[in-house]
Amino acid sequence: MKDEKIRLINEEGIRIDGRRPEELRPLRIEIGVLDKSDGSAYVELGKTKIFAAVFGPREVHPKHLALPDRALLNCRYHMTSFSVDERKPLGMTRREIELSKVIREALESVVFLEEFPRTSIDVYVEVIQADGGTRTAGLTAASLALAEAGIPIADLVAAVAVGKVEGHIVLDLCDLEDKFGEADMPIAIAPRLNSIVLLQLNGRFSKEEFKKALELAKKGIHEIYQKQKEALKNKFSEVSLMEV
Amino acid sequence: MSISQMKKSLTARIVQEKIYNLLVQGKRLDGRSPTDIRPINIVTGLVEKADGSALVSIGGTKILVGIKTELGSPYSDRPREGSFTVNAELLPLASISFEPGPPDERGVELARVVDRSIRESKCIDLEKLCLIEGEKAYILFIDIYVLDYDGNYYDPSTIAVLAALATAKIPKYEVVDGKIQKTGEYFNLQLQSLPFTVTFGIIREKFLVDPQIEEESALDVSVIIGVDEKNNVISIQKNSPGLLPENLLEQMIEIALEKGTYIRQKFCEILKINI
Repeated sequence: MKDEKIRLINEEGIRIDGRRPEELRPLRIEIGVLDKSDGSAYVELGKTKIFAAVFGPREVHPKHLALPDRALLNCRYHMTSFSVDERKPLGMTRREIELSKVIREALESVVFLEEFPRTSIDVYVEVIQADGGTRTAGLTAASLALAEAGIPIADLVAAVAVGKVEGHIVLDLCDLEDKFGEADMPIAIAPRLNSIVLLQLNGRFSKEEFKKALELAKKGIHEIYQKQKEALKNKFSEVSLMEV
Repeated sequence: MSISQMKKSLTARIVQEKIYNLLVQGKRLDGRSPTDIRPINIVTGLVEKADGSALVSIGGTKILVGIKTELGSPYSDRPREGSFTVNAELLPLASISFEPGPPDERGVELARVVDRSIRESKCIDLEKLCLIEGEKAYILFIDIYVLDYDGNYYDPSTIAVLAALATAKIPKYEVVDGKIQKTGEYFNLQLQSLPFTVTFGIIREKFLVDPQIEEESALDVSVIIGVDEKNNVISIQKNSPGLLPENLLEQMIEIALEKGTYIRQKFCEILKINI
């Protein structure tokens, strides 16, 4: 075994995939990509590729789970077996269970659930290729799928991971930076509400680094938010023209 | 599949109003100030058959942690290190809201958040847990059980895990002619760091630490912040639905660092550890 240290960032501050520290990977957003669902979206962030789809509001199964005062939000974050380097076993891992929970909680913060008592809204996030930032890209996609399904939300959710690699605070970690870097902080914001809806940190930040990372995340999220809105406008302006 | 939890009951909404009004005056239901932590107690070595154990209470919440060691093969990408896994179970005897069965998402989340704090702080020297490179190493099974739930099971779980680790006596094996033998002796895991978590509850623009159960059911949002002795933030988890106002975070991190130091002092005092 050789101890080859991977350099994640060089002297000029250029990262392993050629990006600058405050640069996002190429972002591609498509809306309405899966026909059978009520709303869907596809998000590609570099090599991270994700489908999200929404069903509902619809009848709750089993019925006894229905809530009298609002809709039930169900969420499943799942990775395909071939989305990672080593085949992921079928079924839900503990990581997927945790991420399903934090994604659900992030969405519950913005959906007007009380508009649809006794129903369920089901959100499915399928990661088809994982290269870092899947929960955040998944949320970005899921909020667009909700919007396409016509479910009222207080704001879109835009999300990104920030982190620290070799002492530098960087935006939108790729897989290698996540694995070998010193910190990974996924964060999702409802920009219009100035509120954080998902926040996790795995790694080490001083107080100052945390502040800097949060600022950088907000910048990245602003960029993603603009692209989300643009994608929605493109999608629906097309439809309205056809209908004219 | 993660499913919405029951929304705040009507009583919780009334209680929220009361808790908020108290918070505005810098007070709480049980007489604490917003940033006070309930009394902490630690008993170690309660379970003799475990290699390390601790029963920790923080107010009315009780957590039991036990550690068992086994020999196994190291992970292929870390051939020179032993390993550990953290599991957590919310026992049905702890609360009417916990049901029997395999760990639900709350248990999984608890285990993973504690795991992250322990891993990130590098408090266990994993290289010392390797016996034969790439072949044999110690594996620590750290199991958390919530015994009595009166709000905030995160902070006492981390305390209990660290107390069990700090006082654990691990059966020592040695390699003789390439074979593994039990020596009959034990060794201590000299912890290299003491990472603690601090749980925050937020109601509107006010926050409190270490919520007890009535407060917990009335919170808008809760967030757990882990800190180490070098004043680094090492883990964060927003673990409930709700909007977390951006402008509160900085202040919460200040308080987390302060309260982390307080818990660390208490911990060292009770376990008679010098730092």
